Amino acid sequence: MNNSVTNTARLLGAGLRALLVLTLVTGVIYPLVVTGIAQGLFGNQANGSEIKADGRVVGSSLIGQSYNLPPKKGQETPDPDLKWFQGRPANGLGSNSVNTQYKLLLSGATNLAADNKVLVQQVEDAKAAVVKDNSVPGYTVRPSDVPADAVTSSGSGLDPAISPQYAELQVHRIAAKNGLSVAQVEKLVEDHTQGRTLGFMGEPRVNVLELNIALKDLAAKQ
Amino acid sequence: MGSVLAGVLQFLALIGALALVYVPFGNYMARVYSAKKHLRVEKWIYKGIGADPDTEMTWPAYLRGVLAFSAVGVLFLYLLQRLQGVLPGSLGFSSVNPAQSFNTAVSFVTNTNWQSYYGEQTMGHVVQTAGLAVQNFVSAAVGIAVAVALVRGFARSRTGELGNFWADLVRGTLRILVPLAVVSAVILVACGAIQNFSGIHEVGQFMGGSQQWNGGAVASQEAIKELGTNGGGYFNANSAHPFENPTPFTNLFEIFLILVIPFALTRTFGVMVGSVKQGYAILATMAAIWIGFTALMMATEFAHHGPAFQAAGAAMEGKETRFGVGASSIFAVATTLTSTGAVDSFHSSFTGLGGGITMLSMQLGEIAPGGTGSGLYGMLIMAVIAVFIAGLMVGRTPEYLGKKIGGREMKLAACYILITPALVLVFTAASMALPTPPHSMLNSGAHGFSEVLYAFTSAANNNGSAFAGLNANTDWYNTMTGLAMLLGRFLPMVFVLALAGSLAGQKPVPVTAGTLRTEKPLFTGLLVGAVLIITGLTYFPALALGPLAEGLAS
Repeated sequence: MNNSVTNTARLLGAGLRALLVLTLVTGVIYPLVVTGIAQGLFGNQANGSEIKADGRVVGSSLIGQSYNLPPKKGQETPDPDLKWFQGRPANGLGSNSVNTQYKLLLSGATNLAADNKVLVQQVEDAKAAVVKDNSVPGYTVRPSDVPADAVTSSGSGLDPAISPQYAELQVHRIAAKNGLSVAQVEKLVEDHTQGRTLGFMGEPRVNVLELNIALKDLAAKQ
Repeated sequence: MGSVLAGVLQFLALIGALALVYVPFGNYMARVYSAKKHLRVEKWIYKGIGADPDTEMTWPAYLRGVLAFSAVGVLFLYLLQRLQGVLPGSLGFSSVNPAQSFNTAVSFVTNTNWQSYYGEQTMGHVVQTAGLAVQNFVSAAVGIAVAVALVRGFARSRTGELGNFWADLVRGTLRILVPLAVVSAVILVACGAIQNFSGIHEVGQFMGGSQQWNGGAVASQEAIKELGTNGGGYFNANSAHPFENPTPFTNLFEIFLILVIPFALTRTFGVMVGSVKQGYAILATMAAIWIGFTALMMATEFAHHGPAFQAAGAAMEGKETRFGVGASSIFAVATTLTSTGAVDSFHSSFTGLGGGITMLSMQLGEIAPGGTGSGLYGMLIMAVIAVFIAGLMVGRTPEYLGKKIGGREMKLAACYILITPALVLVFTAASMALPTPPHSMLNSGAHGFSEVLYAFTSAANNNGSAFAGLNANTDWYNTMTGLAMLLGRFLPMVFVLALAGSLAGQKPVPVTAGTLRTEKPLFTGLLVGAVLIITGLTYFPALALGPLAEGLAS
């Protein structure tokens, strides 16, 4: 009995020493080496691919933002600022509930099922809003024109991109609100459309933040 | 090009990339576990551990090494989280509560990476890099070590010796995982994954005001998270988060990392037992199931049945624009057929049948190709069962790789395949029967039941993904999924190592005209059939209540 206790203690000691040594290798040296290489070679990416406009940082090209008007009194969800291209809904995005000295973005999805009435309602409401907001004199959006990404929340709630279809659908509205011609805005969308990587990876997309920065420049020049 | 074609081409590119590295990487791993020489740095480490790497271990000694190392790992990670509030370099984050610390410690040591916490608001730099990421490495190395011990059991005769656990652990970590992880992490950073040790970033926004996000060693953790089939995200959104998985290329690259070790280990197995054809037969079984499940997943997700998706026009809820439906389907199958559990899209918002496929993938025992190491030993156990069934058909004592599958071997294999379903079904039933656990469900009806079934399927199979609407941060789920993870990881390992010991002690049976040729396609067919039928019979009633009911109603 005494013998087996000693053996167990010896074995656990070996386990602890193994863990500490491997922690040094994989938990200290490894991340520091990778950070060193990353900061040395790819400093911009390693620090979050921040974008500047008018001399100040306006976000990360990888992190989606909302383009809303300041909330009116007593309003829970602010209205979208229709002057700017709108991103995808982000009903799964949260705010932090612990360590509340910070106001962190809490990434996430809605996790609602395909047959959940709440999700069906969210989709229908979003579709109605997209149709209403984007129908301007001389251009009527039909519900069947609205692509799926415009009415569904992404996995992260931080999706930086929309489909080219959703961007094109917003062109007439953007042109009207900013006093630009439809052709100018169409050109803008075209220039910011990224195809599939190597022609087959992922889906075509438009980065909303980059698009809005370019739109702001264009509108300022007019 | 249509989205369906693009999805298929991405899948073909993935198959091509995996095929390209299969032989050299599999051979390399076989050399790693067979080499006599130790690297200088390894010798220092063995000195630090106080273990002689050349001492051969019997199966009980090997198992004791696994258990001691894992027990210390759980305790260390638990304490690290409990002490976070006073540790420097933790962004001032407070300590994690006891139930959640236990759950998370068990989760990462068992290679599950179930997360009942939100990464970005709970874990600081020290716990993420020196705690969680370390277990991403070593839990994967432990899995491979146990698989290699079983392979040695087949390869060796008239001996009780299965190798040295400490040597296998250290070699797997240093010679396989670390070099690959460094290269992969740098590739991920080049594409946009973040890698820094700064505090919370406060960044201006286009419309004014600011947003706050976490800095951190994300790319280094992401690389080993996929490579070690771990799956625990730095951020709550896991690989859907643009800082973890920024582009369509990184998405495909991460799927490649998930699959590369489990598939290549079949080559390692073939080389070590002296017949690469035996490795090909196991590979063919894994690949057949993987390809079939991916095709089914793409079919159901592109068909987008279900009221919300019919209204939206596509199953894009919980999926990112840059990946789309095709790449998300490939990821979902790869992550659940292995023990990974990382997600680039949220399974709870897949179609009813799509969610069912993710569950069934795990319920197969995660063997196609399965987790690092655990996939290979799981599939070899199924192979033992398959030769036994074939033996019953022709009335002959079954053999596999020149070893007799007798009563003792069959009892161990049977225990192995019974333990995980028992854990899944008992814990799920208990959660449904008790008054409070069902309150954690987000969705109601069949999908609500699926959330609970998914949780215990994921925990007991050491996957870690979730139908994440379920509020799992309660005492009940933290404790019970913790127990399911522990028992689901280590009890099967006991049976695997006991089987390895039993096989190694036998003398080989000569091959005769009556021997079942386990390197032929006929055997692969038999093995696929055995896997599907055994799993199907075990889980059909539970699946019928959840995903099948939901999928067939829409």
